[in-house]
Amino acid sequence: MDKIWVMVRKEWAEVFKNRIVLFAVAFLPLIFTALPLVILYSTRSGGDTSALGMGDLPAQFAQVCGDLGGAECMQYYIISQFMLLFMMMPIIIPITIASYSIVGEKTTRTLEPLLATPITTGELLLGKALAAVIPALAATWGSFLIFALGGQILALTPAVTARLFAPLWLLAIFGVGPLLCVAAVSVAVMVSSRVTDPRVAEQLSSLVILPLLALFLSQTFGLILLDETLILWIGIVLLAIDAGLLYFAVQLFQRETILTRWK
Amino acid sequence: MTESHGNSPMVYSQGLTKQFDELVAVEDLSLSIPAGEVFGLLGPNGAGKTTTIRMLSALIGPTRGQAKVAGYTIGEQDTQVRQRVGLLTETPGMYERLSAEHNLGFFAALYEVEDVPAQVERYLRMLGLWDRRHEAVGAFSKGMRQKLAIARALLHEPEVLFLDEPTSSLDPEASLMVREFIAELKGEGRTIVICTHNLNEADRLCDRIGILKTRLLAVDTPKALRRQMYGRTVVFHLAKAEPSYVSLVEALDYVHTAQLMENRLLVTLDDPEGRNPALVRALVEAGAEIQFVGELRRTLEDVYLRLVRHTEGAEVSHG
Repeated sequence: MDKIWVMVRKEWAEVFKNRIVLFAVAFLPLIFTALPLVILYSTRSGGDTSALGMGDLPAQFAQVCGDLGGAECMQYYIISQFMLLFMMMPIIIPITIASYSIVGEKTTRTLEPLLATPITTGELLLGKALAAVIPALAATWGSFLIFALGGQILALTPAVTARLFAPLWLLAIFGVGPLLCVAAVSVAVMVSSRVTDPRVAEQLSSLVILPLLALFLSQTFGLILLDETLILWIGIVLLAIDAGLLYFAVQLFQRETILTRWK
Repeated sequence: MTESHGNSPMVYSQGLTKQFDELVAVEDLSLSIPAGEVFGLLGPNGAGKTTTIRMLSALIGPTRGQAKVAGYTIGEQDTQVRQRVGLLTETPGMYERLSAEHNLGFFAALYEVEDVPAQVERYLRMLGLWDRRHEAVGAFSKGMRQKLAIARALLHEPEVLFLDEPTSSLDPEASLMVREFIAELKGEGRTIVICTHNLNEADRLCDRIGILKTRLLAVDTPKALRRQMYGRTVVFHLAKAEPSYVSLVEALDYVHTAQLMENRLLVTLDDPEGRNPALVRALVEAGAEIQFVGELRRTLEDVYLRLVRHTEGAEVSHG
């Protein structure tokens, strides 16, 4: 365990000196938090919606809102579109760090002395993965808390704010979010150990966001509706995918091949 | 510093072979390096030196054969081997954004060094980098990086040290500094294996030399290799050279060869200390005016080039 934390601390010391990584970890969450708050604030000041009844809203709104009133329902419906944005954060943020993790060691020629130490492949990959997962989750959860608090101050009624701490959101942000993050990091580390260029690693790893983007668009266009059951199923499937990805990441990390085929 | 492994060699290999697909990088390498020896591994590019070091450092596995380093078996006890081996790779490979102190601290922690700050300070001071410990390594010169890489290889006080081209691409001053440091390490009784193209360096630093060209062509002390390849040659500087002197000395049973080169008579023989007085007497009696007598010095480069160019896989000796 000590070697894993030694690895994590080294990764942080190194990657956070990189401005692109800092941008990904700090700036992106800020944008993703500010965007929904600005939209909420503008819908509040855009006109009086207090007189809206449920009958005035499309049918899919009612499915999401439950017992909320018309105006509250409209606000909550807008907010719920951003849930997927908070689920995207734990994918986007760590990819920059994780995709550089192994190929970065190759390009700086530090991989050979690193592999010459008594660190095991599991410790090495876990250290690399945690170094990407922890900041991503911290930034996501921090952003969510800022969003929830900001929403209360800026726009939302207590009834709507309370919905942000309902099982659906908590499961999505604190359950599925980490699972998505682990999946993204596993893919990025695998790609990073097979390629020779950090940019290629980042570009290939970024493809992992596509399924979530499809989900986001499907919800935006009303094709699906994220509820507790769907989120739970997504979580279960991700759990299996993560286990498989972690296994393959360790299996694919062939020390000898990486050392001898890398020029 | 070096643990006792009884009479077992610190580095031992038997029939060690490494094949990458169709390419045989190292074939049937059998070595035995006792504790405290400085062993030089020489060979042309692509001869398998780095592959050998990587196998003996438990970085890559052999295709065939077996090896033990510091008493632990390669392929079975790799973690123990890595804990006891220090490796200077061909390129220093440092985290350029991190400081010298941070770089060493990271590796010391991975090697589970007991007092990391103290050990890092010790080696930074020893290599003259203490005052620049907070600077990012990216700003360091090649020589400084190489020093730092040597420090990294030594942090955990390894029993065996593998140095792959320790002075390549360094300027003469930095090379000298690194050579002096290796000489200091030799004085401490460490077992060191050096891969180098610098034959002069190998001649000065190494107790024994192994010449590798996929297979091990020869292993012995530099002096013994010179003798085995060329014998011992005595040079007689004469006032006037006569062809009859050649046939005269060639008739002596202890003389292997004799030849005239301008005013010098070159005589190859065993035991010149014992045989020279009689040889001198014979030449003087034949009318030769000997101005002075010396021994022809063969360099390790002569031995190396002769072996690599002319012996295709034939083993010369194993001392």
